[in-house]
Amino acid sequence: MAAATLTRVFSALADPTRRDIVARLAEGDATVGQLAEPYQMTLQAVYKHLRVLEDAGLVSRPHGPQPRPVRLETAVLTEMETWIERYRRRAEQRYRRLDALLATMSHTEDKDGADDVNDH
Amino acid sequence: MSTTTETAIEADPKLPIIRITREFAATPGQLFRAHTDPALFARWVGPDAARTRIEHWDARTGGSWRYLTRLGGTDYAFRGCFHEVRPDRIVQTFTYEGEPDGVALETLWFEDLGGARSRLRSQTLVDSFAGRDAWLASDMETGVSDGYATLQRMVDDGAV
Repeated sequence: MAAATLTRVFSALADPTRRDIVARLAEGDATVGQLAEPYQMTLQAVYKHLRVLEDAGLVSRPHGPQPRPVRLETAVLTEMETWIERYRRRAEQRYRRLDALLATMSHTEDKDGADDVNDH
Repeated sequence: MSTTTETAIEADPKLPIIRITREFAATPGQLFRAHTDPALFARWVGPDAARTRIEHWDARTGGSWRYLTRLGGTDYAFRGCFHEVRPDRIVQTFTYEGEPDGVALETLWFEDLGGARSRLRSQTLVDSFAGRDAWLASDMETGVSDGYATLQRMVDDGAV
């Protein structure tokens, strides 16, 4: 996924209503009317949120008979998770190096009770 | 290592923040030293294939730091300020000199779990969601973009 796409996904999800819409669609497809029900906003406003989610590739509204259901596109979310997981693994690699260093620090302290550790 | 738990990560959906949590078989004091003693820090900051050279290091409240990461024959420079340095936390800024406008604000907490164990929590705030995406994508955490390094190699080899 290009960085620009990821940016659109993040900013689409920065809004609490849109996050709520995504969370509800995770449980199954819904019509725009059903999605709008719990909100104190015009249908127009809900359509606007859906357009942002659509532009980010997070939801789609497949063509077909009315009312067209809104569907969550999980592939985009999965890709975002992949990026975050990659970042997490890099942090883990870094902390494993820190584990190894800390182990030598404990060892040195056990041995001679030194307060400081020499770099060797 | 069996005594440690894997790194947990969270990308905040409302703010351009990345949070990381990791436990260590060490005291908070040892963790603090590994973050503030330049000779120790250079040994683990990584990445694996890189060599870190500390150019400047003043790990005190109001101090600053700068180091070079050498990878694939290229030096990448990073610098920042130690805004607050205390035994239980470090607040600092982080900048890759290749993109000096992108400044991250990082807070590290060292929590005592007892029994010579501790938890490191970190929170990295960048200036925008776009900035965070670039951060996630470009390996700024360890300092160097794999893609960037590859490109650099290609340039060096005359392939580009």
